[in-house]
Amino acid sequence: MPANDSPLSAERIAYLEGLVRQARTAAAVFTQYTQEDVDRIVKQMVLAGLEQAPHLAQLAVSETRLGVLEDKTLKNMVATEFVYDYVKDKRTVGTIREYPDRGVAEVAEPIGVIFSLTPITNPTSTVLFKCIMAIKTRNAVIFSPHPSAGHCCSEAVRIMYEAAVKHGAPVGVFTCLESQTLQDNAYLMHHKDVGLIDATGGPGMVKAAYGSGKPALGVGPGNTPVYLEKTADLDMAVVDIITSKTFDNGTICASEQTVVIDDEIYDTVLRKFADLGAHVCNEKETKLLGRTVIDPTTGYMQPMAVGQKATDIASMVGLSVAPGTKLLIAPIAGVGPDHPLSVEKLFPVLAVCRANSVDEALKLCVDVNHAGGLGHTAVVFSRNDEVIQKFGEVINAGRIIVNAPGSIGALGGVYNDMVPTFSFGCGTGGGNSTMDNVNVYNYLNIKRVARRTTAHMWFRVPNQIYFNMNAVENLRNFPSRSTVIVTNPAMEQIGHVDIVRRNIPPGTRVHVAVIPDAEPEIKVVMEGVETLKFYKADQIIALGGGSVIDAAKIMKLKYESPQADLVELAAPFLDLRKRVVQYPTDKVTQARLIAISTTSGTGSEVTPFAVLIDKQAARKVTLADYSLTPDVAIVDPQFVMSMPKGLTADTGIDCLTHALEAGVSILSSPYTDANALQALQLAFKYLPIAYENPRDEEARTMMHNAACIAAMAFSNAAVGVNHALAHAFGARFGVAHGRANALMLPHVIAYNAAVPSKFMPSPNQKGYVAHQKYAMMADLLGLGGETVEEKVQNLVAAIEHLLDQLAFPRSIADLGISKQDFESAMPDLVKAAFDDPSWRSNPRMPLLSELEELLWSAYRGRGSAKPSSPRQHKTVVEERLCV
Amino acid sequence: MTPMMNVEIDEKRVVVALRESCEQLDGAVGEVMLDFSSVPRIDPSGLVAMEALADAAADKGVKVILCGVNVDIYKVLKLAKLTQRFSFA
Repeated sequence: MPANDSPLSAERIAYLEGLVRQARTAAAVFTQYTQEDVDRIVKQMVLAGLEQAPHLAQLAVSETRLGVLEDKTLKNMVATEFVYDYVKDKRTVGTIREYPDRGVAEVAEPIGVIFSLTPITNPTSTVLFKCIMAIKTRNAVIFSPHPSAGHCCSEAVRIMYEAAVKHGAPVGVFTCLESQTLQDNAYLMHHKDVGLIDATGGPGMVKAAYGSGKPALGVGPGNTPVYLEKTADLDMAVVDIITSKTFDNGTICASEQTVVIDDEIYDTVLRKFADLGAHVCNEKETKLLGRTVIDPTTGYMQPMAVGQKATDIASMVGLSVAPGTKLLIAPIAGVGPDHPLSVEKLFPVLAVCRANSVDEALKLCVDVNHAGGLGHTAVVFSRNDEVIQKFGEVINAGRIIVNAPGSIGALGGVYNDMVPTFSFGCGTGGGNSTMDNVNVYNYLNIKRVARRTTAHMWFRVPNQIYFNMNAVENLRNFPSRSTVIVTNPAMEQIGHVDIVRRNIPPGTRVHVAVIPDAEPEIKVVMEGVETLKFYKADQIIALGGGSVIDAAKIMKLKYESPQADLVELAAPFLDLRKRVVQYPTDKVTQARLIAISTTSGTGSEVTPFAVLIDKQAARKVTLADYSLTPDVAIVDPQFVMSMPKGLTADTGIDCLTHALEAGVSILSSPYTDANALQALQLAFKYLPIAYENPRDEEARTMMHNAACIAAMAFSNAAVGVNHALAHAFGARFGVAHGRANALMLPHVIAYNAAVPSKFMPSPNQKGYVAHQKYAMMADLLGLGGETVEEKVQNLVAAIEHLLDQLAFPRSIADLGISKQDFESAMPDLVKAAFDDPSWRSNPRMPLLSELEELLWSAYRGRGSAKPSSPRQHKTVVEERLCV
Repeated sequence: MTPMMNVEIDEKRVVVALRESCEQLDGAVGEVMLDFSSVPRIDPSGLVAMEALADAAADKGVKVILCGVNVDIYKVLKLAKLTQRFSFA
């Protein structure tokens, strides 16, 4: 065997390289094997291992001089039979698990070459276990046994290898270092062709494995605390503890180290231990034991005691004990350096400690847990579920064994249903990457094959919409004891409120709450809520434009759910279904909201949106939730017949913008498309007529319907970058919403129709379709054109023509805003537009520079509506979309 | 035109066929094409033989082209770091 401190010779390097090459070849070939192939081989290996279990146990005891032959035989059988029972039906090749409802499949990818260190304490059982795991997962292993267990381990590897190859495993799948040094281990740990280090061994080796920079499975040191609580079955607990602690002379690192016993049962428990063959040390003996079996310098157990019998340890220390003594019990008064026996002792010496309360007992167990055993194993004996639960919460251990022996319990499969293992992951507390009972899944790369899922979509609108002239008469169908009409002064003055009043069923108590004609402030809303409360309203009729209807929506929210925090509910979100803030469902009262719109633009009577002004914080609060949608919408054109020309144009273009943006939104669906396209057709036809001839009933009716229909589209598909930009510069320069939208429209269409410089993630869409949808709109409007590009150009031209008909200013400059003012406002405008949530459903993700470019295009106006990207889609007409 | 030798690799005798190809390299000039169409799987001895063939071909300056290699075997060659030593068709 080469000396530990000498560098590796050329011959040794060639030898190690040969091992790696052989393993790499075997692992490569192994990738072709099927599940049936490996299952067949594993079964034969397990049978061979079972047959040789006593032989290997004998070799291990003889070579290591640790442990108990009978127990080692048992361990070898657990490592084969129990592990086989666990793995035999597990899929480890190809697709191993499928989640059809999620469209996700898990597919196994072998690691390749595993470099595996095995310990002196469980030498042959660990090898058997790892060989089975490796074949089951199609990996090759180079074993490096503990130097004092080299022979028995290499024999275990040989038995497994021969059985495996005989039944078809690739030649070279297992090799075992003939003899090894730290340099050999270091060389292999750093070898580029080693995929994983599986280090079951002492802390030094585990640390070296992690230090190599390779993926590693390590195990941590243990120091198992046991809480023996007063409600426990004491006879069972004492036998379990003796069974476990004496198993293989205490060499399993999960075995009990310090038992914390409730005061009430302490003396009884100790007497029971003594009755079953344990020697309970007196104070002097405990001190002597502590000085001898624990190294006073390091504070760790003395290696010479590891795995020795209790009687041998007693004579080593100079204690007089009865022949056949199984276990030495050392009462200690606490945990820490003053109590040397409170550390890990891999031999049949068990510390016990008295506790005067559950609290004290748990604290002592935490102390033991933190005295070298973090992440490993802990045991509790109790019939009190609360105690068991608390123990599980406060103790940091990968295996918390309840009412069962620690060592055999932790191995899994015997006393409980944990995964059988011979390698205990100890989590970060133990400096490990896993806290699992290391198993086949730790020997696999598990790939996720994730199929594209179809997002759940929706189309939500009020369930009752009444439209056409005199639709307001439908109010008679809604019984109410107390109705509050929310409206603004103009509606009262022109007699609209009276029309509404006349149609409310007789006998209804009616109160009119008049609010200012402006975007609602929080104060106004809260006054309205007080009115609703005062009149115990069971019905709210919102009569007005968007501001009035928005105010009524928020009043209803606060009236029904006073706990609703408006500012919190306005928190930004990306996906309605995944939003952090949920709207209240607990309601102290309920009121029907009927919205009667008096403009043909916002469509607020059917939308789930409401905007409010927080004057104190000087900001707008936008609320969005389907619970805000009015219960009933009344779209009666008699309330818009007197709209002035300017308002007709502004609100009409708002409606058109809703249709255009919802039509190309990434949230658009066939349901919203149907509405968007219909609204577009109606608006194109009737907006100029309604504008020119305000008394034209048909035009007014159709525009009123168009606004509502467009709103149904954008209630579900949302809007886009046009709105983001219009909000930004409209707010800054005091430009009406419809007018601000109009100034952006031609430029945004050209922008969205070009090849995006940045695509928007849009799981609902198949490919980029905005340009095709614009072309489809042009077709519907009969605008002509052969190619998609021509059709988009025709659509832009038609919109520009419409804007001219409506006498809109055709550039921001035309509004009288100087270039200098616009330029100095630009950084704020771009920021405001980017912060606006509207663009998040835009088909094209706007870059900041593009937002600026669009604003400048709109500033310059006519003729500057050209795509920001020189590239155009090369799609021809045939690619017409179906509606 | 470069003279080319074509060898079909039989599934049952991959190692033998590869060894034979190795011996025939002496007479070959330019390129050797090995047809793996009928080979579904390769074992460690086959891989060792392929490595030997790659060594011999490199010595003699002959280019070895593998055709009809299925993706499972291609992955084995990749993991065994042999793909860079052959050409594929």
